[in-house]
Amino acid sequence: MVLQLERVTKRFGNFTAVNQLSLNIPEKEMFGFLGANGAGKTTTFRMILGLLDVSDGRIMWDGKPINYETSSIIGYLPEERGLYPKLKVREQIVYLARLRGMQKQAALKELDYWLNRFKVPEYADKKVEELSKGNQQKIQFIAAVIHKPRLLILDEPFSGLDPVNVEQLKEAVIELKNAGTTIVFASHRMEHVEEMCEHICIMHKGSPVVHGALREIKRSFGKKNLVIHADFDTSFLKEYPGVTKAKMTAEGIHLQISGEQVAEDIMKDIVGKGFIRKFVLEEPSLNDIFIEKVGDSYE
Amino acid sequence: MNNFFIILIHTYMSKLKTKSFLVTTILTVVIMLALTNMSNIIDFFNKGEEADKIAVIDETGQLFEPLNEQMKMINEELVLEKYDGNEDSARKAVEEGNYKGLLQLSLNDEELPAASYKAMSIADSAIPGDLQAALQQIKTAMASTQINIAPDQLEKLYAPVEFEKSALEEDAKTEEELNQARGLVYVLLFIIYFAVIMYANMIAMEVATEKSSRVMEIMISSVSPIKQMFAKIIGIGLLSLTQLAVLLLVGYFSVKQNLDNMEGGFFEFFGFGNIAGSTIAYAVIFFILGYFLYATMAAFLGSLVSRIEDVQQMITPMTMLVVAGFMMAMFGLGQPEAPFVKYTSFIPFFSPMLMFLRVGMLNIPFWEIALSIGILVATIAFLAIFGARVYRGGVLMYGKSNSFKDIKKALQLTKKE
Repeated sequence: MVLQLERVTKRFGNFTAVNQLSLNIPEKEMFGFLGANGAGKTTTFRMILGLLDVSDGRIMWDGKPINYETSSIIGYLPEERGLYPKLKVREQIVYLARLRGMQKQAALKELDYWLNRFKVPEYADKKVEELSKGNQQKIQFIAAVIHKPRLLILDEPFSGLDPVNVEQLKEAVIELKNAGTTIVFASHRMEHVEEMCEHICIMHKGSPVVHGALREIKRSFGKKNLVIHADFDTSFLKEYPGVTKAKMTAEGIHLQISGEQVAEDIMKDIVGKGFIRKFVLEEPSLNDIFIEKVGDSYE
Repeated sequence: MNNFFIILIHTYMSKLKTKSFLVTTILTVVIMLALTNMSNIIDFFNKGEEADKIAVIDETGQLFEPLNEQMKMINEELVLEKYDGNEDSARKAVEEGNYKGLLQLSLNDEELPAASYKAMSIADSAIPGDLQAALQQIKTAMASTQINIAPDQLEKLYAPVEFEKSALEEDAKTEEELNQARGLVYVLLFIIYFAVIMYANMIAMEVATEKSSRVMEIMISSVSPIKQMFAKIIGIGLLSLTQLAVLLLVGYFSVKQNLDNMEGGFFEFFGFGNIAGSTIAYAVIFFILGYFLYATMAAFLGSLVSRIEDVQQMITPMTMLVVAGFMMAMFGLGQPEAPFVKYTSFIPFFSPMLMFLRVGMLNIPFWEIALSIGILVATIAFLAIFGARVYRGGVLMYGKSNSFKDIKKALQLTKKE
C-alpha cells in the first residue's frame, strides 16, 4: 500500500468538496478514479500533489507526507492541458524536467526516446502552438513522464484524441505500469478504466461510493445483464420479477436482472414461445455500476 | 540546481531574448545617442549648406559697414552682401535663389535707420530676427549720439540690476545647483515611472500567460507557487536592471564624450554638467524598492485573472497609483518643499518617486530618508507575504474573474477549511 489517503476531507467554506475519502493505492498498479464532473476528482489530485491543504485526514506516500521535496517522484498530467505556446518543445520539456530534478543531458536523451516512440522526432524544434491538439497532448504526456516518476497521476489522459493516438498513449501507459510505476488514472471513459485498472474508486459528490478491486466490485454488484434476441414479442419481460431495468432494441430486449436465478427463470418461460436467436448472460459493465451508483444524472 | 534559480534564469533568459525587449532597448539607446549627440548631428546637416547670403541695398550709404560689423558678432553664418543694382533686379536675384533675402536700408524722418526685409518666405524667423537685432544696436548707438548721451552713460542705462539669491540654510542648494538637480531628478523620475509600469506589466502578463495557457498547473505541481512568484519577480527585476545598466552606461559615456558640445542651453538646464553620484545612487535604490513594491502587487493581481485580456483591467488600479505618484512628483519638482510633497513621501506607494524627488532636490535629514525607506520595505514585506498567499490560491482559480472579490476567494483556497 504505497499511496494512502486516510479520511481525507476538503472543505471550501461551507462546501465540502471531498468527504472522508480513504484510499489505499497499491504500488505498481493502475488505479481507476471515476466520478461525474464535480465529484471531487481534481480536488483530490490537487491534495495529493500538495497544491491544496487537506482540511482533515492525511495523505502519505511510502509512509511519508507528500510535499515539494517529493515532487521529483511524481508525474502529473492535468485535465486542462497546458504548455508554453511560444516555447519550442525541446526547451519546454527540458525546463519542466529540470524543475522535477532532472539533469539537462538526461532530459534531452529521454525526450529523444519519447519523441521517437511517438514517431514525431521532428517536433523537437517546433513551437507548441504550431502542433495539432493531439500532438500537443503527446508532448504534455512526455512532460509528465520524462523524469520517470514513481507515482503518475493522469487526469483524463485520452480525452480529445483520435483512436490511433489513444492506442499509442495507452500502450505507453501500460508499459510504464509494467515498469513499476504506480498510476492513478481518472477518466470518464469506462471502457478504458475497465480495460486497464485493477482497483477503482467511484466518487460521487465528494464521497467514495464504490471502492476496491474491480473483479470484486463486479461480483458483489450481483446484477447482471441479459440480452435476448427473439422472433416473438419480448416486451412482457419488462414486468418480469427480478428485472430491474429493461430496454427494447430493434432485435429484442436488453435486461438488467438482479441475479443469475432470474435468467434461468426467464429461459424456462420463453422456451417454446418461438425461435430464440440469442440468449446471453453478461457480467455487468463498469458503466452499469457507475450509473447505478452515481445516478442517471450522469452523462 | 535549485528550482528557484532554474525559474529565475529561465524567466530572465527567455525575456531577454524576446524581440520586444531587444527592440525597446536598442531604440532607447539610439534615442539617447541621438539626444546627446544633438549638436554634432545639427552640425553635420548644416555643414553641406552654404552660408546664407543677404543682398543689402543701402540707400544711405553709411549703414552697411556698421551693420556688417555687428552681424559678424551676432551670427557668423549670415553673410551680408552689398547689392549695387536697383530693387527690381535684387528681387529677381532673390527669386532665382542667389540670395536668401533682400534688405533695404534707409533713414527715416528723424535720421534714424529703417529697414525692410523681403524673402521668398518669412517662415524662417531666425534671419530677420538677427538682422533686426543687429540694426537695433546701430539704431541705439545713433539715437544716443543724437541726444548726446555718452557711451558710458548708455552702458549704465542698460546694465542689468544686481539681484542675488542665496539660501540661508547651511549647505542648502544654490539656485544654480537646484536647477541642475531639477533636470536630473526630472529625467530619473521619468525612468523610474516608465520602468515600474513597464516591468510590473511584464510580470502580470507573465503570470497570466502561464495561467491562461494552463501550464501553471504543471508548474505548481513541481515548484511551490511562492518560490515561483519570487523567482519571477527577481528574474524580471534583473532584466530591468540589465536594461537600466545598458542605458545608464551608454548615456554616461555618450554625455562624457560630448561634454564639450553641451555647454549652455538644454544640457546645462538638465544638470548633466556635473552628475551627482548620490542622486544616481538614490535613484537606483528607490527604483529597486519601487519595482519590488509594484512587482509583488502585479504578480498577485496577475494570478487572479484567467485570460490575458483581463490583465490590463486587473492592474489598472495599480497603474493609477503609479501615475498619481508621478503626477505629484512632477508638481513637486516646482516646489519640493510643499507640505503635501513631504507627507506623501512617506506613503509607500508614492515614496519611491516623492522621497527620491526630495532627496534629489533638498537637503533633508537622514532619518526622514531612513524612515521612508523603512516604511517602504515593511510594506513590500507585507505585500510579499499577503501576495504569496493570494498567488497560491489565485493560480488555481479559473473562470470569470476580474474583480477584487477574487482576492478573498483566492485567500480562502489556501486555507485549510
